[in-house]
Amino acid sequence: MLNFLIRRLFTAAASLLGISIVLFAVLALAPGDLFSELITNPAIPPDVIESLRKQFGLDEPIHIRYLRWLAAMLQGDWGYSYTSRIGVDQLILQRVPTTLFIVGLAQVLALAIALPVGVYAAMRPYSLFDRLASLLAFIGFSLPTFFTGLLFILLFSVYLDWLPFIYRTNITATGWQWAWEMFRQSVMPITVIGLALGASWTRYVRSAVLDVIRLDYVTTARSKGLREHVVIIKHVVRNALIPVVTMVALQIPAIFGGAIITEQMFRIPGIGSLLISSLLANDTPVIMAVTFVFAGLVILFNLIADLLYGWLDPRISYR
Amino acid sequence: MQEDELRRLVDATRCSRISRRAFVQRMVAAGISAPIAGMILAHNGVAFAQPINAYKPTKAGGGGTLKVLQWQGPTLLNPHLSSGSKDWHASNVFYEPLAGWDMEGNLVPILAEVVPSLENGGVAKDLTSVTWKLKKNVKWHDGTPFTADDCVFNWEYASNPATSAYSISAYRNTRVEKLDPYTVRISFEKPTPFWADAFVGSRGMIIPKHLFEAYQGAKAREAPNNLKPVGTGPYIFVEFKPGDLLLGKINPSYHVVNRPHFDAIEIKGGGDAVSAARAVLQTGDYDFVYNMQVEEAILKRLEAAGRGKVEVVPSGHIEHIQVNFADPWTEVDGERASPARKHPILGDKAVRQALNLLLDRETLQKVVYGRDATATANFVNAPPRYVSKKNSWEFNIEKASALLDGAGWKRGADGIREKDGKRMKFVFQTAANSLRQKTQAVFKQACEKVGISLELKSVDSSVFFSSDPGNPDTFGHFYADLQMYTSPVTQPDPALFMQQFLPEQVSHKGNKWQNRNVTRWVSKDFEEAFKAAESEVDPVKRTALLIKLNDLVIEDVVVIPVIVRRILAGMKKNLVAPMSPWDTYVWDLSGWYLEA
Repeated sequence: MLNFLIRRLFTAAASLLGISIVLFAVLALAPGDLFSELITNPAIPPDVIESLRKQFGLDEPIHIRYLRWLAAMLQGDWGYSYTSRIGVDQLILQRVPTTLFIVGLAQVLALAIALPVGVYAAMRPYSLFDRLASLLAFIGFSLPTFFTGLLFILLFSVYLDWLPFIYRTNITATGWQWAWEMFRQSVMPITVIGLALGASWTRYVRSAVLDVIRLDYVTTARSKGLREHVVIIKHVVRNALIPVVTMVALQIPAIFGGAIITEQMFRIPGIGSLLISSLLANDTPVIMAVTFVFAGLVILFNLIADLLYGWLDPRISYR
Repeated sequence: MQEDELRRLVDATRCSRISRRAFVQRMVAAGISAPIAGMILAHNGVAFAQPINAYKPTKAGGGGTLKVLQWQGPTLLNPHLSSGSKDWHASNVFYEPLAGWDMEGNLVPILAEVVPSLENGGVAKDLTSVTWKLKKNVKWHDGTPFTADDCVFNWEYASNPATSAYSISAYRNTRVEKLDPYTVRISFEKPTPFWADAFVGSRGMIIPKHLFEAYQGAKAREAPNNLKPVGTGPYIFVEFKPGDLLLGKINPSYHVVNRPHFDAIEIKGGGDAVSAARAVLQTGDYDFVYNMQVEEAILKRLEAAGRGKVEVVPSGHIEHIQVNFADPWTEVDGERASPARKHPILGDKAVRQALNLLLDRETLQKVVYGRDATATANFVNAPPRYVSKKNSWEFNIEKASALLDGAGWKRGADGIREKDGKRMKFVFQTAANSLRQKTQAVFKQACEKVGISLELKSVDSSVFFSSDPGNPDTFGHFYADLQMYTSPVTQPDPALFMQQFLPEQVSHKGNKWQNRNVTRWVSKDFEEAFKAAESEVDPVKRTALLIKLNDLVIEDVVVIPVIVRRILAGMKKNLVAPMSPWDTYVWDLSGWYLEA
């Protein structure tokens, strides 16, 4: 077990290094200029832009810039954002809580839909409920979030005028008033992400439960005279959830990526919108850091999923 | 407008036979921008108009929170180091200049007691210096008094090349000295007719000496106060999250009585232009949004909700087609479009004139652009009522055809014109953008009717507007026959703007294509007129010279102006907010209020 962990950590470090090289090279080779807004402005002399380039070290060759970045990163220095001269780690920390709040609640919502609906549909396969659930699930994951988001804004903000579509981080109210305001502004983005996620998870839970529910030990449990809900909860769902848990863990980093569009649409100041605005501004240190964090999350959750799997299913052993 | 005619008008204004406003309007109609007109009067002893003070509230505060959407959120709050207009706007909430520009181009004193003029002795007769008197009751938000030392410091800070300040061109080649604690004098190396640059407008915002003294030169970008402004403005800094949120609260000891009206200000960033316009015009969640780049049809629908209004701010930002005077298809010493080699077809003036006649500006303005643009024949465009006396545009396919026939360009077998084996095929490039693509298509259609083949190319704007010497698709390389983009006009004085046609500014391999003359047009007349304007002391003569610069460029069809941009501001129905194309949108923030 320990051996396995060490080996995995070693490969993780190697993958991260590889990822960082590819990322850095792609960003350096991609077109775009930090100073593009200044270039067309006749009031700004070209020599100012030139001297800034020097100050930021942008005039050096790619490999030197990469090594400098790597050396700083290894010492825990994430660098500065070119556009706001604030530490990148600070900038990311400012954005993380909001993303966690929205994405976390969206996942809870998705699970709250997927688990009961999926299990119930699997208990009565091809019944009316199952067909309806399948239909809705297919609709749910074929509609992209930018479409459902717009639809929600149009319905709830424009026509009904119930909910705001701009997410604010400076709500001054306290107590219940604060909670109510938070609910009003976050319910739309959470539902948008949650529904898309819940739709695919429902299908997954359904098929996992279907696999288990036909096994002999379930028939044994039933013939022992256990009541149906005990059979389902204690014997079926517990076993069926093993692959589901792995999948949820594996999808967590992907959700951060998926939230980019939703964040942009509702002006949620999360990691995703930070990535978009730094991409538009060609703010390399921030882009590097955010994508690197994403990469790190993917690797971390892969590892967690592997470990969880073994813990949940003792038949798996690590070698 | 002739020089003597100008002088008669100035005299008439001085003797109050015509109003100052009428004078400015006539100047504007003749193609002289309002700020210049104002400076002409100031030079001739007619003081800048006292702006009509429409501000109604009788006490400071009480207006609630002013909620502003700025879809490109600010990232840095030091006006000297900010890299774009998004930051200048945000900095202006806290920092102020000595004077700002209003809509009609009048200088309005902000931190200065009065605007200097020849009459009050502020402007030296030979135009080599200007003396500003500062207000005495101004305090920085931390309580330290604002004095002449702060002004001197800002000059030192911004003119230091190691600081790499974006405001450097306003301060270098000047000397600023303190005459007494509330008087500063700016001296210029040579007579400077447009003296209102340092300490004025968006590049003139003043930062406090006591907080930035330790962070000059190369260390400038490390100052903690770059993100925590301590200014003199109507609002005190509360919180800043780069790219997302900026909060300010009322400054109880603001230096103008009864101002400001709002108790707090909130600037929210992020998102897209359409939803920003929607939040102000349709749902009324926010009070103000600047620069709505939203298609006319959508804008009309949003406006129909009746919660907000759209205010049009005419600007000088010019969308234009540039003609390449160098040959982009032959390589000379490792570079295409080398200034050493003339363009074989576009070198013919008749061809350029024909192209100018083939641009259907009317359709473009009506169908493509809508309210946020006006068709124009000029490169330098003044405030809204601008109608040039000399230059006009027309769309005339027959005339273009006749011009080409006359110059010996005959249609070949496939309908494309040719002469001496040179076929009239052009590549027309622009930065990818749906409006520009439509403009390209309209132009192509007209060109094909007269036998000019146009190949359209659109380059991603992050490539097009980059200064990468290795990328052949930037606007600076101009490896095409024609190209189109918008040049922003941030300064009320066109001299700096017209630098881009000087021979010394020609863009080529030697300067890594960083210089601004990308058409590679070289004209002795233009250079002479430019040099003459630079040293001209008499503002009337200088104005005539500046107009000549525009006319030379237009007459030789170096550029084909398409439209001049107008900026659309969306605001709450009862919000009164004076706008100005020459300054930031918050230049008069302390004067914003809600009508009862």
